[in-house]
Amino acid sequence: MILWEEISVTYGATRVLGPLSLGVEDGEWLGLIGPNGAGKSTLLKTALGAVEYEGTVSLANTRRRPGLDIAWMPQRPQMPEEMSVADYVLLGRTPHVGYLGSESETDLESVETALRKLNMIEFASRPLGTLSGGEAQRAVLARALAQEAPVLLLDEPTASLDIGHALEVLEVLDELRRTEGLTVVTAVHDLTLAGRFADRLVLLGDGIVRGDGTPSEVLTEDLLRAHYGRGVRVINDEDGPTVVPKRSND
Amino acid sequence: MANPSVTRPSRPGWVAITSGVIAVVGVGVAGLLLGAAGIDRSQVVAALLDALPLIEVEHGLSEIHLNVLFQIRAPRVVLGGMVGAILAVGGASYQGVFRNPLADPYLLGVAAGAGLGATVAFAASGNAGFLAPFAFVGGMVAVAITYSLGRSVGGRTTTSLILAGVAVAAFATAIQTFILQRNSETLRQVYSWILGQLVTVGWGDVLGLLPYALVASVVMLASRRMLDVLSIGDEEASALGVNVVRFRWVVVIAATLATAAAVSVSGLIGFVGIIVPHTIRLLFGVSYRVIVPLSLLFGAAFLMAADIVARTVVAPAELPIGVVTAFFGAPFFVMVLRSMRRPG
Repeated sequence: MILWEEISVTYGATRVLGPLSLGVEDGEWLGLIGPNGAGKSTLLKTALGAVEYEGTVSLANTRRRPGLDIAWMPQRPQMPEEMSVADYVLLGRTPHVGYLGSESETDLESVETALRKLNMIEFASRPLGTLSGGEAQRAVLARALAQEAPVLLLDEPTASLDIGHALEVLEVLDELRRTEGLTVVTAVHDLTLAGRFADRLVLLGDGIVRGDGTPSEVLTEDLLRAHYGRGVRVINDEDGPTVVPKRSND
Repeated sequence: MANPSVTRPSRPGWVAITSGVIAVVGVGVAGLLLGAAGIDRSQVVAALLDALPLIEVEHGLSEIHLNVLFQIRAPRVVLGGMVGAILAVGGASYQGVFRNPLADPYLLGVAAGAGLGATVAFAASGNAGFLAPFAFVGGMVAVAITYSLGRSVGGRTTTSLILAGVAVAAFATAIQTFILQRNSETLRQVYSWILGQLVTVGWGDVLGLLPYALVASVVMLASRRMLDVLSIGDEEASALGVNVVRFRWVVVIAATLATAAAVSVSGLIGFVGIIVPHTIRLLFGVSYRVIVPLSLLFGAAFLMAADIVARTVVAPAELPIGVVTAFFGAPFFVMVLRSMRRPG
């Protein structure tokens, strides 16, 4: 499991996260929701050690090994335009290769498996600069999958995907979670999609946990209005809650 | 699960490596054949073959001509190759670790510090023998100040390091100009060194540079895969388990040390670290797995060729080699800048 204990992050005099404590069980899918600037990305980065923080982050009560235990899909990845998709996804194998080593057949197989899972195999030799936004997003996710880490931290994994590709990606993640026991933490803006796939949602507001529970418990009209500042309608049916935005004159 | 869709990442192909080796050998031999002494070229070829193990060829060269060939031309050609390889691979490595296509080791003040060191050597002693060690020390001190300044103000960011390099270079150049004004008799010697020269070299210079060239080459070749990893940025590379700060330091120190050593024997020879890696990018691919090894080969060939031009174009006089590399390098630099501008 991944455990954040008494975590807080400050930039200068401004506290942007915490103090908060949060745990995610093995094989669980936690959806982080909240308005822009709520601290979702920052919380994910504390697990990577990419920001300075107070408190502790631990993984199954052991020391985290960057790259091997946690795979991260950033919100705005840097993608060298001329690099091929296959070479890019192969970078995900870096933690397995070491500084002076070179990639083995196993590494190439992992790349191919990740590309196939995301229906990207036919793009393997394409330069990254020629991909559409959605294809690029899937290439980044493929790189994270190629790491074969037990914990996946995904920052807006479906941000530039159409609904078809978004569902495809989330279903792949769901399958991996079920078949391989992956722990998944996603920061998501699409509240309905978040509720459809995550076991549990945590609503962050101003860096603090404002709601924590099942999608039906967290996706309520009152809670969302209080923290997003706008009214929404929440329709609950057998598929779970659907969040419908309301115009101010609705 | 072999599949043609996912193959091993780019490596320099046999065509590229063979072209590089042919260029080094071809230009190197041309450098031995050409020179002011007017030695018969067929005799030079015969003498070179005779120098190979297990081969005996009658060459008919006098002792003096043999000395010119093996004690003057040969070390000059070899030194040119080593300096060219160091500058090219140093440029490629800097472009990788700073993710800046126009970076090279001169960026952190090596050139300005070495220039100041050379000026102090001339002004204080008037003895050219002190030039190399002073230039080396000057280059290293300038870079050390750049590092400590960059780290103290900007922590891990590369921008602060580069800006610190600009400040240190400007300061060193100001002191150098002041010393030159006070010691105008050294102006000509310092100026000649600043323009770059491979004129007065012997095997001693070659042997002095060799350890730096070897260390830099080994470190850069070992780092080529990680330079590709760094192309996705520090944050993402760190998330893949790379100690980015440590890696950057190792590469920068190796490249800077070798460049300072090269500059101390050859003077300031600009643009090699820009021209060579970028030409390789255009011709053979953008991966550092390709760029680093080929920069070693083509950097050596390029500077040996520039030296031939420097020696022959206004013979019997010589052009400073830095003038030749700048003549081709400056327009190329502009071309690289323009190609960085995205359409639209």
